Amino acid sequence: MMSVLTDLKKTLTAIHDIADGGVALPLPRAAVAPANCFHCGTLCRTAGFAQGDKSFCCRGCLTVFELLTDTGLTDFYKISASAGVRVNPTAPADRHKFLDEPAVRERLVDFSDDRNTRVTFHLPTIHCIACVWLLENLFRLKPGVGASQVNFLRKEIALAFDPVKVKLSEVVALLTTLGYEPELKLSALEARPRGFIARRLWLQLALAGFAFGNIMLFSLCAYLGLDAFAGPGFQKLVGTISLLLALPVVTYSAWDYWRAAWTSLRQRLLNIDVPIAVGIAALFAQSVYEVVGGQGVGYFDSLTGLIFFLLGGRLFQQKTFAHLAFDRDYKSFFPLAVTRKNARRSLPRRDGIAGSQRAGSETGAAGEEQVSLAQLVVGDRLLIRNGELIPADARLVCGPALIDYSFVTGESEPVEKRPEDYLYAGGRQLGGLIELEIVKAVSQSYLTSLWNQDAFRKGKPAALNSLTNKYSQRFTKLVILIALGAGAFWAVVNPPLALKAFASVLIVACPCALALAAPFALGTAQRVLARRNVFLKNPEVLETLARVDAAVFDKTGTLTAAGAGAVRLHGGAFTATEMTWLYSMTRHSTHPLAVRVGEAIADGHFPEPVRSFLETPGCGMEGSVAGHEIWMGSAAWLAERNVVGGSGGDEAQTSARKSAPPRGGAGEENGSSVHVAMDGKYRGCFALTSAVRTETEQLIAGLAGHCEVALLSGDNEKERARFATLFGPRARLLFNQSPLAKLNFIQRQQVSGKTVMMVGDGLNDAGALKQSDVGVAVVENVSAFSPASDVILAAGMVVRVADVLRYARQSVRVVRWSFLISAVYNAAGVAIAASGKLSPVVCAILMPLSSVTVVVFACGAATWLGREVNGAPGADPARTLSRRQGSGSETGLLAAVEVQR
Amino acid sequence: MIVIFLLIPLSIVIAAGFLAAFIWAVRAGQFEDTCTPAMRLLLEEPKPPESADDNLENSKLKLK
Repeated sequence: MMSVLTDLKKTLTAIHDIADGGVALPLPRAAVAPANCFHCGTLCRTAGFAQGDKSFCCRGCLTVFELLTDTGLTDFYKISASAGVRVNPTAPADRHKFLDEPAVRERLVDFSDDRNTRVTFHLPTIHCIACVWLLENLFRLKPGVGASQVNFLRKEIALAFDPVKVKLSEVVALLTTLGYEPELKLSALEARPRGFIARRLWLQLALAGFAFGNIMLFSLCAYLGLDAFAGPGFQKLVGTISLLLALPVVTYSAWDYWRAAWTSLRQRLLNIDVPIAVGIAALFAQSVYEVVGGQGVGYFDSLTGLIFFLLGGRLFQQKTFAHLAFDRDYKSFFPLAVTRKNARRSLPRRDGIAGSQRAGSETGAAGEEQVSLAQLVVGDRLLIRNGELIPADARLVCGPALIDYSFVTGESEPVEKRPEDYLYAGGRQLGGLIELEIVKAVSQSYLTSLWNQDAFRKGKPAALNSLTNKYSQRFTKLVILIALGAGAFWAVVNPPLALKAFASVLIVACPCALALAAPFALGTAQRVLARRNVFLKNPEVLETLARVDAAVFDKTGTLTAAGAGAVRLHGGAFTATEMTWLYSMTRHSTHPLAVRVGEAIADGHFPEPVRSFLETPGCGMEGSVAGHEIWMGSAAWLAERNVVGGSGGDEAQTSARKSAPPRGGAGEENGSSVHVAMDGKYRGCFALTSAVRTETEQLIAGLAGHCEVALLSGDNEKERARFATLFGPRARLLFNQSPLAKLNFIQRQQVSGKTVMMVGDGLNDAGALKQSDVGVAVVENVSAFSPASDVILAAGMVVRVADVLRYARQSVRVVRWSFLISAVYNAAGVAIAASGKLSPVVCAILMPLSSVTVVVFACGAATWLGREVNGAPGADPARTLSRRQGSGSETGLLAAVEVQR
Repeated sequence: MIVIFLLIPLSIVIAAGFLAAFIWAVRAGQFEDTCTPAMRLLLEEPKPPESADDNLENSKLKLK
């Protein structure tokens, strides 16, 4: 068992390393394989960091190993070989000092007194069982750190520490040293709701279930006539116990129904909660009357059963996806602090800087300090390192920048920038250190100013006009009419029966089955879609999806995809052996261009060892394979090394892009290119283009029957002709759209009475996604960032949107059918009740029966119809999605098997 | 059959014990993470290092 587990762990670790760009595939035995790092498994490029027979890839990994050895935690390596996370050695050691700033600290910690502080961090690098072990033994590494608990699915750690002995910044620094750098984003400063609702629902459900089971057991005795044996006191006992058990159920468990009914009555609305509350009240009143009057045991079993089923439906409906977040905005994405370069002391200082001078921490000679984003003012100079984010619109001061705007536009190809260029907030620097000067405040930047729009202030209207509520409007009125009618009829014919008939109708018409239809049908549909990598924020989204009659698509990253793009070879040809060398080179880089070239030429090649590999950020990489010196990079970089031969296309593209804001990215004409030289001779270049996803035509055709289709692109018009043929003559194609213009376009469509679905990705679509009735965020990787939306869709499923819409309409039809079934039961029940013949036994059979029928039908039909929703075309979605998600899930295992093969 | 008057309250008391256990489990957060505890089961306590005094004291600082 243990050995199987270890193998499994190794496989999962291998996946993790591949996903991180490390090299974990076994090298061919014949080759002289350089050692892999004992800590993280990365290929060691130098032999400088070795200890005994163990080699390490960098100073950081060696430090962690020494730390674990000193504290007796070497079991870490026994649990899982090379399970460590590669430590980023370039970051300055004391860059977390700003966390001790009281304003930041107070809002980050969950609880604090003078002996004990508790804090929760999100650690994205948690990936295996050894991580859990190490992090939960954290208290052995540093005095003052207390117990810690890991939530693996959420990748969170909750830890306690003694604030006297250790500072918050030191705890974060310890985690960072180990390779688990907490994700400190701007959103961490906001209050976050913790699982309070679900916990309460569990308790309410438990109480109702407890009372239901026991009361039913006792009532059964009464129904079967046991009281005849046990004597007259028996009925009294059962009635009293039932009453006592039902009391907390009616008050605590059903509390939400009372409150919701009261709210809707005050708003003069008849939503589903009103008849439910009326039914519960009637049941309870009638039962109390019977028990107190000594007439019977009452309807307490039906009452508690009803509440139990209703709460069960509610729990089913509250399916959440632990690893997904639907409410993110730029704050979940922007860092908590940035490195500011201090102005010279002699310069006149603004108030803002003076204030933060105390709070920030100075890192010695360099004159840098870490400041939180709120303290930034226009004119500040920032230092942005590899992988860091530009927090505000700024001017590049120093250093060639390679900016990845993929989070903003969905465009995956990074853009080169030169000093004096304007940089938009939200871009990520790839490559070396750059310096920039802030031109606009964080909240006023091109991108972030979008969040000042109205669309972000108001929530979406609550589901008042949901199917269930619309139906219950008519239903409630009808039931009250019938109840009054029955009461009036018996008042004339047989007065003693009048009140009972009136109450019986209200009792039996309690729309339990009706209330369960939508949660179970739509909840099942939500789960079916989740299995196909379409994640809905909540089941109600399906109702809106079913009504959608206008679909708006973003272009870049949504309809065009980097992954679907072609990598073409220009000028020159390579032999198969040479291709293998190039492939080996690309496997050593995590640069997006290298990764894409690598994927494109991977076919059938097995990597060979690369020696003296060196990557120059923003320029290219060099290394020697099989004795040949290979350079891959930009034309300019090769030109510096006196290798000329390319078209020089890079410069032309760069200048063309300089002036454009970060909108949609490169089209067919201005893709990026990777130039190759071997042994000092120019050999050709790979041109990378983005292309329209396959099957887009079918998507448009599939939507055409039900929807108006439109395209909104931030890019310029040069692809208009191509998309005009794709979208057909009636579709509206709009180019050069700013984020705000996109939002306004959606608003105009809504004013004209459309239910709009917006499909987009990136922060520049965030406004449109928020404004639309259904915002669909497209992600290449489910665990990656996505803007606030109602649906998170795996990129491969974009072309299946028409199928998803059709399935949504079918699910809603299932809900309507369920309504019909419940109506039949209700009609039968009301007929019995109106005739004054309702007894607790009839009620105890009819109510659960109707609920169970509806639940079985709703779940069954939704699952059956879900078979027809196809998965993503081409690659197995499980594989593409789980790649960077770490491991541990079933899909991770699937991917593991595939990669191993 | 008189005994049923004793048995019914008794059964309720026993059932209430299980209800209390469930409520405790929910409040202790056992329903919030159903994945990590399964992994924790496979892990062992590391052997205490030489200078265990400090660490022992720290381990008393429990999450509440």
